[in-house]
Amino acid sequence: MEILVCVKRVPDTAENEIEVNGDGSDIERDDLVYSVNEWDNYAVEEAIQICEKVGGSVTVVTVGDDESEEVLRREMAMGADNGLLLCDEAFEGIDGKQTATLLKAAVAKGKYDLILTGAQADGGAGQVGGMLAAMLDVPYASLVNTIDVDGDKLKVGREIEGGNQEMNDISMPCVLSIQTGINEPRYVGIRGIRKVASVEIPELSASDLGVDLGDAKVKRQDYFVPEIGEGAEMLEGSSEEIIAKLIELLKVKGGLK
Amino acid sequence: MADIYAYITHTGGVAGDSSLEMVNTAKKIDAGAAVTAIVTGSGADVDKVADEAAASYAKVLKFNTDALAYPNAEVVRKLLINVLPKNAIILIPHDTFGMDLSPGLSIKLDSAFVADVVGIEEVDGTSMKVIRQEYSGMVSTHVTVDISNGAVVNVRPGAFIPDESKSVGGTVEDKSGDAGDLSVNRTFLELVEAEVGDVDITKEDVLVSVGRGIEDEDNLEIADDLAKAMGAVVSCSRPIVDAKWLEKSRQVGTSGQTVKPKVYLACGISGSFQHMGGIKGAPFIVAINKNVKAPIFQVAEVGIEADILDFLPELTEAIEGL
Repeated sequence: MEILVCVKRVPDTAENEIEVNGDGSDIERDDLVYSVNEWDNYAVEEAIQICEKVGGSVTVVTVGDDESEEVLRREMAMGADNGLLLCDEAFEGIDGKQTATLLKAAVAKGKYDLILTGAQADGGAGQVGGMLAAMLDVPYASLVNTIDVDGDKLKVGREIEGGNQEMNDISMPCVLSIQTGINEPRYVGIRGIRKVASVEIPELSASDLGVDLGDAKVKRQDYFVPEIGEGAEMLEGSSEEIIAKLIELLKVKGGLK
Repeated sequence: MADIYAYITHTGGVAGDSSLEMVNTAKKIDAGAAVTAIVTGSGADVDKVADEAAASYAKVLKFNTDALAYPNAEVVRKLLINVLPKNAIILIPHDTFGMDLSPGLSIKLDSAFVADVVGIEEVDGTSMKVIRQEYSGMVSTHVTVDISNGAVVNVRPGAFIPDESKSVGGTVEDKSGDAGDLSVNRTFLELVEAEVGDVDITKEDVLVSVGRGIEDEDNLEIADDLAKAMGAVVSCSRPIVDAKWLEKSRQVGTSGQTVKPKVYLACGISGSFQHMGGIKGAPFIVAINKNVKAPIFQVAEVGIEADILDFLPELTEAIEGL
């Protein structure tokens, strides 16, 4: 099976405090730790596991800048066979539909049975996979947390509300967005990264892809921190004082039995 | 202004909470709009939900056919492509169904798509300014959407106040005959119910809930110890279950359990809306987190800036000494 996995380099929210910069035009990017989007990492692991079972190869693709190459290498160190970097100054500030348009052009340059994305990334929209499927006229399933290969079909489980699972048959080619927890992504060590350090990663520009992106229909204007209600009353003081206050509150609220 | 539509989700013959919330979303887009609800499904449930929706929407389009018995987003998308006019603005709940349905719908309608909208700021001609969140709710953004070709707007459940007036007295039109070709290449098979775990966190009054801040599986012990000292039970946020450190049945959130405790100790939990969506009944929430920017501090009543790995054992010791 030929599998394409779409990945993105994002600030790691587990490692960073995300703060708005002075004029609200961006988040503070200095000292941010970047990594591969967590959902995408599960998607790559799933693709590798499928190919380990039924054969085939995994290509990881990203839309980004020069620095995005590092996440492709990381996923190749994990076991993806090929990388593909879609990179052009014209790609700055593009919206989800434009990203999907670029990926569609990249898909057309190969022959894939299955395309995976993460269920969402830093923007939280979860839109690129579904858009790409519609552009390619292939079926789509989102929030997938199990995949079983069954000939030219897949049996996929979607995670829905309440921890329940919706089982579907889906024909290939198709696009699936992958939910975290579908597998346990393998560890990538320094040695693995070194192994793929000199592997050539092809780079495609807007003209290589032959796409006209047009204008973004959806544009972010600013970042801000909302003032929601009064927020928490912060307990201050030494840890003994804080604990004493907290215990009093817990007693009143029925938190201690 | 383009016509506004709202897709009504329902289970067991009852419309989802978003049904009444989207009435107010639509008003924010166009205060005077006569909004059309779309209800799809099969059997008597659809009639019931359509009648219910007519109390809040000027017009209800009802599609009642076997192909729509289960809300398979691939089928519903095809239906909406067949029946929606060009340039329509359609509101859809941003739940696991809406996430499945909407991005592709916007492509097929050649309209704009905006996901997980929590507020509508203003509409100026063909530009709609909305509020979204990024980075798991740590920052918000204003986003402009070009609605000149219509828009698919996914609305966060719970973000808009429900319109309970139910005084519109709208009409229901059975459009089942206009559904068109609904054949797709994805077939719904069955629902698999969540497994029941060793403890039922939905019935507990006091929860010690741990998130990413616990850092390591071995550290779960300090949460267990605290829970024991308090007479509470340990629950968790999604990353803990993804890491397989606790069972799915312990997970609080829209994709896990919905809990109604009296006291909720959020330990090293950032507080994404998916997590908070699983906490009902307005409990007393204590947030303990070393990141004061975490969204949990906006919804908690009491906050403590601390590393839970240090703080929880100290708290346990103090409670044990009472």
